Amino acid sequence: MNLTLQVWRQAGPDAEGGFKTYQLDGVSEEMSFLEMLDLLNERLIKQNEEPVQFDHDCREGICGSCGVMINGQAHGPQLGTATCQLHMRKFEDGATICVEPWRAAGFPLVRDLVVDRTAFDEIVASGGYITIDTGSAPDANLIPVPKVVSDTAFDAAACIGCGACVAACPNSAANLFTAAKINHLNLLPQGQSERWTRVERMVDTMEGFFGSCTNHGECEKACPKQISIDFIAMMNSDYVKSKFKNRRLASQS
Amino acid sequence: MTLQLDPKVPPGTIEDKWEDHKFSVKLVNPANKRKFKVIIVGTGLAGASAAATMGELGYDVEAFTFHDSPRRAHSIAAQGGINAAKNYRNDGDSVYRLFYDTVKGGDYRSRESNVYRLAEVSLNIIDQATAQGVPFAREYGGLLDNRSFGGAQVSRTFYARGQTGQQLLLGAYQALMRQVDVGKVKLHTRSEMLDLVVKDGRAVGIVVRNLVTGEISRHSAHAVVLATGGYSNVFYLSTNAMASNVTAIWRAHRKGAAFANPCFTQIHPTCIPASDEFQSKLTLMSESLRNDGRIWVPKNADETRKANEIPEDDRDYFLERMYPAFGNLVPRDVASRAAKRMVDSGKGVGPLKNGVYLDFKHAIEREGQDAIEERYSNLFEMYERITDENPYKVPMRIYPAPHYTMGGLWVDYNLMTTVPGLYAIGEANFSDHGANRLGASALMQGLADGYFVLPSTIGDYLGQFLNQPVVDTDDPAFEESAEQVTANINRFLDSGGTRSVDWFHKELGKIMLEHCGMARNAVGLEKALAEIPALHEEYRNDVKVLGGGDNLNQSLEKAQRVDDFFELAQVMCIDALNREESCGGHFREEHQSAEGEAMRDDENFANVSAWEWTGDPSSPALNVEPLDFENVKLSTRSYK
Repeated sequence: MNLTLQVWRQAGPDAEGGFKTYQLDGVSEEMSFLEMLDLLNERLIKQNEEPVQFDHDCREGICGSCGVMINGQAHGPQLGTATCQLHMRKFEDGATICVEPWRAAGFPLVRDLVVDRTAFDEIVASGGYITIDTGSAPDANLIPVPKVVSDTAFDAAACIGCGACVAACPNSAANLFTAAKINHLNLLPQGQSERWTRVERMVDTMEGFFGSCTNHGECEKACPKQISIDFIAMMNSDYVKSKFKNRRLASQS
Repeated sequence: MTLQLDPKVPPGTIEDKWEDHKFSVKLVNPANKRKFKVIIVGTGLAGASAAATMGELGYDVEAFTFHDSPRRAHSIAAQGGINAAKNYRNDGDSVYRLFYDTVKGGDYRSRESNVYRLAEVSLNIIDQATAQGVPFAREYGGLLDNRSFGGAQVSRTFYARGQTGQQLLLGAYQALMRQVDVGKVKLHTRSEMLDLVVKDGRAVGIVVRNLVTGEISRHSAHAVVLATGGYSNVFYLSTNAMASNVTAIWRAHRKGAAFANPCFTQIHPTCIPASDEFQSKLTLMSESLRNDGRIWVPKNADETRKANEIPEDDRDYFLERMYPAFGNLVPRDVASRAAKRMVDSGKGVGPLKNGVYLDFKHAIEREGQDAIEERYSNLFEMYERITDENPYKVPMRIYPAPHYTMGGLWVDYNLMTTVPGLYAIGEANFSDHGANRLGASALMQGLADGYFVLPSTIGDYLGQFLNQPVVDTDDPAFEESAEQVTANINRFLDSGGTRSVDWFHKELGKIMLEHCGMARNAVGLEKALAEIPALHEEYRNDVKVLGGGDNLNQSLEKAQRVDDFFELAQVMCIDALNREESCGGHFREEHQSAEGEAMRDDENFANVSAWEWTGDPSSPALNVEPLDFENVKLSTRSYK
């Protein structure tokens, strides 16, 4: 396959960026999208041009490192597929492909296609856990969890933290990510003790970095794990309840 | 032999060793723990669980990862499951049986005491993970489900769809972030350890490069823990993530930590075969698929029909034929070699004739497509995305690929390396899997080390430094290390060569796969040992790294990692050459039975080879730790 690539190049967070056009021939349909970028980089090195920097690691769609906008779509055209799992057979020979980094104020640009997603870690640090010190756990089968509850929690827990939901959102909102993290724990019996503080803290942290959700639904379509926006509704419901639950507890103390 | 390899195995019966040892080690009073600073490098299952637990205990912890978030560590990609001797299935499992299976599965090349402890602690891991909210698979009654895995005849594997690694790592990562939130752990992301600092024979800190700014910083502590994973990427094509590397443990090795059993590498039988020359990595298909999939090749090497058109009579279900007792669930090394034999004999399938079939037709007929979807849907989808073939309709094609490294830094029972104050946990150490790791045991070992073993043993060493400050980072030991790191970086930036880092890495990988892969022989290993130093020399003179050192430069990062792979590769080949026997993943063609089965030499090689750095990777010094088997009787592994 022969391709025309328009790739965003930017030397650093404060440098001026812009698109650069590259012609790339010899692309095989069996290649993954990232292998196609590897090929581009090999050619650039030959021509003494610095290779395009992009985040990637497992290339199995689970570590969440990779992710670029491909022709304006987060992770490209294939539903439920991270960039590393997208293969070139999904593109036409002779196509022009535009490659950009995630664009969101909450994800400052590092270089070329690499952005800083530390805000996600901060959201998790503010309550995305169950407080249980190592060694203090009871036998695992002490608390039965109905299969349907466990399965739904799992659907939320499948989030790989790639940030496509934010990149796809017109408001750069991180509601799908945050909702996935919250509901994974809030649905389970083990997560009940901290349910109301968790949702309040995590939502508040999220709002410090990201825009607000106005129910466009782009996030769900971009999500490589196809996490449902129903979780956002569940998070909102818990958040409203937390305003009563947490305040009542405060008055008791 | 210059090192004193004291494994420090506690006295007493195998059942009592760990309990007795926990009682006999020195403890640190809770109020004093905050006075001890511990550096943990790597935030996968072992590193994140250790950092979280040490933080909870009150130690002053600094954690380092070269990823942008701890959650990206390659533990995340483990699919199949985690073993634990819970015996929830009432099928005769016990701690002793898990211990026994693991020692046997490792082909009698692991330390009994460590393995028994691993089996013991496995029970606590499941409890801990469940309490953290890890959504393990459940039965309709709400209790935990299990499945079986290679090398075992009981169902003791807990799993979370096909993403057990991700869910367990999220549990450890969330526990770690809780400690970051309360200020007990300081987290450094996009920070790569490039040297270990040793003063007066003790590990006292590390030198780190910030991958975004290029800044070289020095970090001092009372103890350093390496949890930096394995080195399968020495083969270039492996199931490891692209950035997985040997650099942290290799540089510790160069500072005095012995490297044990480097040639013990695991080739995983069920990976998707390479499709073209641009292949950047290989993708694993969980071993759990062997529960329901049947592995076969056409009986006739000239077979031209499509898989579904080949009648039963013309198929060779070779694992079931050769190993009737375990069938498709033989351990990984056995399954891999059998598949290689089939492909080498011309019976390979697929466009490049480089795979064997893994067929779900019978399982789907027996249990229905829904049941199979429930178990493996995400794996099937991944397979289809990569190959464009639907495994519900046509058999998968699989072939073995380098996956896990049993070798690593030598550690004693306390998980301390031969450098006092330096610990290695998880895949980075050599301890528990012998010459072959059983499926679903890597997650178990990483979490055992991080949650339960290290936090109990490290106090024994730290206690002696109460109220002593850490070494100043202006100390000459730090100065020298930092200068070395900077010089190393500049050497690559100034090399002015003509070929890319990846070009050399691929060439190295080809040599290693050919001569130090699934089957090895003296002639091939000697050849590799002639080729690798020559290619390394070429690499240092002709590698081309563009850009500078003061910003994100992925070629520069990789250039250093590949440089270390070149040195490691030599020691792997030397170890493979030295070990004149076949055991587990190490198959020397000179040592096989008439039927092609591995032949161990217990008289001469029931031991650990721990290599010591001498300044020259082509002549490391050998140290040997003999292995005693008091509980599991040495016997020829048979899965027939």
